[in-house]
Amino acid sequence: MLRKSALIRTAVAGLGLLAVIGAGSVAGAATTQAPLKEVPGGFSFEGPLGKFDQASMQRGFKVYAEVCASCHAMSLMSYRNLCQPGGPFYDERWKDHPAESPYCKAIAADVKVPDIDPDTGDAIQRPATPADHFRSPFPNEPAARASNGGALPPDLSVMARAREGGPQYIYSILTGYVAPPAGLTIAPGKFYNPYMPGDLGSSWSGSKTTVPLGGVIAMPFQLTAGRVTFDDGTPSTTSQQAKDVATFLAWTAEPKQQERKEAGLAVMIYLIFFTGILYLSYRRIWRDVAH
Amino acid sequence: MSGHSTYEPKTGIERWLDARLPIIRFAKETAIDFPTPKNLNYWYTFGGILAVCLVVQILTGVILAMHYVPNGDMAFNSVEHIMRDVNYGWLIRYMHANGASMFFLAVYIHIARGLYYGSYKAPREVLWILGCIIYLLMMATAFMGYVLPWGQMSFAGAVVITSLFSALDQIIPGLGTAITTWLWGGFAVGGATLNRFFSLHYLLPFMIAGVVGLHIWALHVPGNNNPTGVEPTSKEDMVPFHPYYTVKDGFAISAFFILFAWFVFFAPEALGHVDNQVPANPLVTPAHIVPEWYFLPFYAILRSVPQKLFGVLAMFGSIAMLFALPWLDTSKVRSMRYRPTARIFLILFVLATIGLGWCGGKEPADMVITMGHDANNDPTGFSVVWFSRILAIYYYAYFVLILPLLGLFETPSEVPTTISTPVLPKGGSAIPAGAVAAPEKKG
Ligand code: HEC
Repeated sequence: MLRKSALIRTAVAGLGLLAVIGAGSVAGAATTQAPLKEVPGGFSFEGPLGKFDQASMQRGFKVYAEVCASCHAMSLMSYRNLCQPGGPFYDERWKDHPAESPYCKAIAADVKVPDIDPDTGDAIQRPATPADHFRSPFPNEPAARASNGGALPPDLSVMARAREGGPQYIYSILTGYVAPPAGLTIAPGKFYNPYMPGDLGSSWSGSKTTVPLGGVIAMPFQLTAGRVTFDDGTPSTTSQQAKDVATFLAWTAEPKQQERKEAGLAVMIYLIFFTGILYLSYRRIWRDVAH
Repeated sequence: MSGHSTYEPKTGIERWLDARLPIIRFAKETAIDFPTPKNLNYWYTFGGILAVCLVVQILTGVILAMHYVPNGDMAFNSVEHIMRDVNYGWLIRYMHANGASMFFLAVYIHIARGLYYGSYKAPREVLWILGCIIYLLMMATAFMGYVLPWGQMSFAGAVVITSLFSALDQIIPGLGTAITTWLWGGFAVGGATLNRFFSLHYLLPFMIAGVVGLHIWALHVPGNNNPTGVEPTSKEDMVPFHPYYTVKDGFAISAFFILFAWFVFFAPEALGHVDNQVPANPLVTPAHIVPEWYFLPFYAILRSVPQKLFGVLAMFGSIAMLFALPWLDTSKVRSMRYRPTARIFLILFVLATIGLGWCGGKEPADMVITMGHDANNDPTGFSVVWFSRILAIYYYAYFVLILPLLGLFETPSEVPTTISTPVLPKGGSAIPAGAVAAPEKKG
């Protein structure tokens, strides 16, 4: 339900939008972005037959839990999801009861989530259970903004489907921080990133023809080498951490992706076969009709 | 519709039913015995494909509605809940979302087929107009359906389209505002809008199904047109619908499903927009508002006119042209197979519409051909908005100038006397020459 102030803001924004549309052919600001980076080795889940790399997802979850989770919520995910078929901590033994899996219980138990004490009504913190949603780092949007210089760290649940390029975009952003070229003014608390879509024309002192590609982002560089220690001994480079967290986010954005592709293969084979049979029937039924 | 029935109730119960509600007789006449020209090519299978599309949309839609929550705060997450927690919810949702695109792809081919073979001409004007009504209802349904996931593009789309009506303020001050407020259920697009769009999105497909019934009825009175555009003259020209067209349509439907399945399973979001994975936020306007691909030509026409009211009129007018088409085309020859000049103009028309679609996906100030740069380093040259103006003019000219005049001045090539003529060995005619003098009187 929209509250009254929100309603008024909505109305104002709507009118603003109308003005934009009414203006019609006014030249839009030129948003630019550097071409996305190649991910070393590519993503295993790409292509019609791609599959998720479970070890990479596990590492990616660790990167998320130890780094990203301090700023970004993932409200569509529950701890139990991590153990469901296709998930990073899936184990055959708990196939039908992912929430019973000791992995998920252990992961959840490490996290404290806010709750209401059923006896006293007091606000309390209790250990999470697999049924709980991932804990959000901030109680509300203003708190999230206040801690991030006014910027809102977006929910990452479907991030890998919410940007052009998806996982490759996430990889490029996370590894793409470079020093701003001389002549570019970056406000304090903001960072230059060539892969962030933006228009730097107004903060560029040089010629209009050489405006740097990309934009500014309010998220500081996160994945310094060795930031997360991987339990499986994989060297923790910036690129590796970024690739793994991008893999994890690709899975959270669409946990049924692999199931979809596997079903698709079977459906395709069936349809092609069935279509072939129908074609032969067609030829047979029409064989005596000149047409 | 009657007269070609060979139905004879065999059992007592069939005779009993036949005397009270001859529904088996009706089904046999319309779907089994119905005499159909034997020369229908694959372009004619899209009618059957469309019927299947409608059924797929209604079935998947009814299931989605069991899990979807039409509430501004919950709609986005309820769609994600379908994708994550509902058994095969991802499949049902991707079928529904891509099914809409497949539906439009098929309807565009179906319309183009009608344009080429002159299926809109007498005695099939009502059939054609019913088709246009179906198309309009489809557009309204698809538009409201796209709003339901309540992502950023859903919201922006709802704002853009509903506020088109505010242009009516320029005719009667206050009228447009009143209509938009009424559509929105408030003073801005919000939860109330979403709720009513859901209601209408559920209603309209059943109205479509009703008009489809009339469309098929209107088809069965004069019977199918065919690629020659010549009315059938004898039994020679016809085959019963079943098994000849059930198997041909069945094959085409199955082949069409291969394409459909490819999108559903391997590229389910290729036709969507990433911004719609961001929950609706009235305070943030997407950088580029683009409608779904099937609306792009009309969006381009809308934006090609600098004045809002006339832009809106041009957009709706482009669809109104289709309604008037049966009376705009003056040619006595039905099929463009025998109208070499008209054929070229029709191909250009199709290309112009595709070109308009391309323009609709670009920003009006983008360049088609860049010739230089201005002081701000913005490109100058031949812009998208000018390209769409030229294409929109051609779009209209096809209806109001080319077809009316061409029919009077062109020289069609020789039209065969019967459907069977073109397929029979040289010089042969299926029936003795004398029989042609008394063509079957229909309509
Ligand atoms: C210190 C807090 C912080 C941490 C830690 C953090 N982020 Fe961010 N992130 C932000 C903020 C703030 C934004 C919003 C940036 C903006 O709007 O300019 C953001 C934005 C993003 C975006 C969206 C960029 C866009 O296109 O709008 C992605 C993707 C992202 N973060 C991924 C991550 C990942 C993955 C991690 C963990 C490796 C992470 N972030 C860790 C604060 C953080």
